[in-house]
Amino acid sequence: MKRQDDFQERRKHIANLSDEELYTKFWETTEEVVAPLIDLGKKNTTPSVERSVLLRMGVSSLDTQKIVEGCMDRNLMRKGAGHCVYKLSKLRNISIREASIKLAEGDGWDEVSQSFKEVK
Amino acid sequence: MTQMVLNRNEKLDVDEILKDLEHYEPRRRGWTWRKPVENLEMGPFKYKQCSEPLKQGVPLPPAKYFDGIDPQPIETITTEIASGRFEDDIRRMRMGAWHGADHLMVIRHMGQSHIDGLMEGTPQGIGGVPITRKQVRAQRKAIDAIEDEVGRPINYHSYISGVAGPDVAVMFAEEGVNGAHQDPQYNILYRDINCVRSIVDACESKKVMQWGEILQIDGAHNANATARDAWKVMPELIVQHSINSLLSERAGILPENISLSTVPPTATPAPCCYMDLPYAVALRQICNRYKMRAQMNTKYIDSSTREATVTHVMNLLISRLTSADIQSTITPDEGRNVPWHIYNIEACDTAKQALLGFDGLNEMLQLNMDADGPLAQNARKIKEKALLFMEEIVEVGGYFQAVQEGFFVDSAEYPERNGDGIARQIEGGIGYGYIFDRDDDYMAPVTAHFGNNNVEQYGANPENPSELIGGCTFEDRSKIVFIDELDDDNVNNRLAEVEEYRHGTKIKPEVEWCADGIIQVTMTLPANRRTSEVVALKIAAGLGLENAEVISREVLQEAEGTRIELKGKVPFDIDLKDIVVPPEPKFLNDDQLYEEFGNNPCTVVCGTVGDDEHSVGLREIINIKHGGIEKWGIKINYLGTSVSVEKLVDAAIELNADVIMASTIISHDNVHYKNMKRINDLAIEKGIRDKVLILAGGTQVIPAEACKTGIDAGFGRNSHGIDVATFIVEAHRKARGEASLID
Repeated sequence: MKRQDDFQERRKHIANLSDEELYTKFWETTEEVVAPLIDLGKKNTTPSVERSVLLRMGVSSLDTQKIVEGCMDRNLMRKGAGHCVYKLSKLRNISIREASIKLAEGDGWDEVSQSFKEVK
Repeated sequence: MTQMVLNRNEKLDVDEILKDLEHYEPRRRGWTWRKPVENLEMGPFKYKQCSEPLKQGVPLPPAKYFDGIDPQPIETITTEIASGRFEDDIRRMRMGAWHGADHLMVIRHMGQSHIDGLMEGTPQGIGGVPITRKQVRAQRKAIDAIEDEVGRPINYHSYISGVAGPDVAVMFAEEGVNGAHQDPQYNILYRDINCVRSIVDACESKKVMQWGEILQIDGAHNANATARDAWKVMPELIVQHSINSLLSERAGILPENISLSTVPPTATPAPCCYMDLPYAVALRQICNRYKMRAQMNTKYIDSSTREATVTHVMNLLISRLTSADIQSTITPDEGRNVPWHIYNIEACDTAKQALLGFDGLNEMLQLNMDADGPLAQNARKIKEKALLFMEEIVEVGGYFQAVQEGFFVDSAEYPERNGDGIARQIEGGIGYGYIFDRDDDYMAPVTAHFGNNNVEQYGANPENPSELIGGCTFEDRSKIVFIDELDDDNVNNRLAEVEEYRHGTKIKPEVEWCADGIIQVTMTLPANRRTSEVVALKIAAGLGLENAEVISREVLQEAEGTRIELKGKVPFDIDLKDIVVPPEPKFLNDDQLYEEFGNNPCTVVCGTVGDDEHSVGLREIINIKHGGIEKWGIKINYLGTSVSVEKLVDAAIELNADVIMASTIISHDNVHYKNMKRINDLAIEKGIRDKVLILAGGTQVIPAEACKTGIDAGFGRNSHGIDVATFIVEAHRKARGEASLID
């Protein structure tokens, strides 16, 4: 977009604001910009968010991407990659780390997918 | 786990750092500020804006005139390190800490932003270091030892950005990193990472950062560095700062852990302070909840380090006239791209020097904030423009729409628009298509996860979600998987290549990496610029330098001359086995000399002997103005130039002198040594040799040769009053049967 400087025209509605009022209006407007972004962060996830969950669960960084890819291939990102690892550890009664290694190797995905379907 | 201890006289051993690294645990989380000391007294001075001093460090060069004091300003001082080899950066960190840096920022390997996942091992980087757990842990371990050595906590810092932001944030929180850049706008505008993806990732990263109490620094300064005319983006800079800061607060970061990266936008020959000051005031008024990290201008520096340093001092003035919690120091080499050890040190010293020089200035100066004055008026204008910018973002449908329409980094000053901003598609960029809705039963059983963790579906407490798995790595470090090396591009192989320089006796020059062999040569050539560049490279070839490159050229006058600075590699080593390093001469200090000559008055007769009219050298030794021996109360009888040796000895008898000092410049046919011998012989002949010291000096005098003539001491080139005074005291004490003051 190209536009001539229209500052004088554009500022008319704020020209008479005190510095304090300008400050308040600025941050209220910023809140309007930021609120939907925060909402988006709550409702969505990404490969990196899920890898970071897996890392905190004690999964090796060499396995996190493999597990996330496994989730994406099976439409399981919406459940959470950490959730999948947790599921397998419960289904097979093995540790989180062991479950993560299995999934990274491609083992256990059918059980995990099935268990989510059963819950539904 | 044992803590490493550094000895100030020994090189830091990288092998020692790498040893047992898999078990090293960081000793604290979170950022540490300097501790201000009210009315700090150091030497004869009282400081208004200084903090607790260091246990040891390198003071500014003139400190030798001030009892070696090294006051530390209240601001945290940053140095940015980026050599590509973390093992050499560790050594530079130690240098930086000794020069007053307590915020060590590690620049990341070019291209790491686009790597999906954590990098591991210790590969070499370009333009920075590949950030990996092993590299971070090694540097943290080294910094823990360095902070013990200098006696002040050091903040370790790197970047949480790119398509693996949350992964890196977790690793940083686990490894005790204290500060990090985190700003999704950086990903979006400059790395073309999908905007939605960047925001979702940022929310998670920020939540993790707050758990780790990691101080966040934003990326808004990049708009300044990228914009065509940097001063025109001032309204936008405030918008960018504010969006990221409020997003961070809403994601859980406390305002005191949010720091804005702010740059004085312009530089000379623009009237920069007149333009930068209103901006600095406006930003601090709008963003008063947050900390300020004052960066230096990088947009407008060329290859002259002198010019860059002046710009940076003006930036430091803006910091002190407004405020800065962290004073960053961009190395003055930025415009010539030689990111070397010395430039980090120069930049730290520039900051320390300027901040100390401005100490207490605010008690005497006040900004003129008159409502009709240019400062208040211009600041108000910038704030209004920022608000209008923000309002227009809302009007067009929000942040993503504004990005898509190219709102940011437009070359015109808002609200004027040139239509050349950086536009990024909502449905495009790296990472597009990798954003997933969370189902209602989505779950993440870990601490510091952004949004619902939904662990209650398995009977756990959402306030303590990791309980479901018996604690995550944030509660139980033993769950962290440490990965050592993945391939041959690693620190062990790099260290092995330079082993003979690290632990052997060989030495090569170094600018950034052990034994890189690079030196810088400065020369002035009486030719125009283009010719001078070519001639300089010929000279480098003649000197035997390899890979020579001109790094700076400055015109003295278009035809008369050009100053050239070049770098090149030295193709040989120096072996310490082949050389003798004589011990440092020892001196008495001022107090000792005043006391000695006060208690034992001393009379000297002196002059330049032979047919010689030179007087400069001797005057330097005796004259109080040049640091000569008069200073300590020695009584001087200066006989002048072309004095005969007879006259010198007779004067000594007449004045009952304790010392005869002869200056002997001319050395033809060894006449200088012959004159020394004659003075000695005459003194014996006249019966005063036992009671006078005979000293001789001159540019061609070799001390050992002088003594062979029978006199007491000779002083060669680069001798000073202190050498002579120390010798006299020691000789007189010995004669009186008193112990030496030196040993």
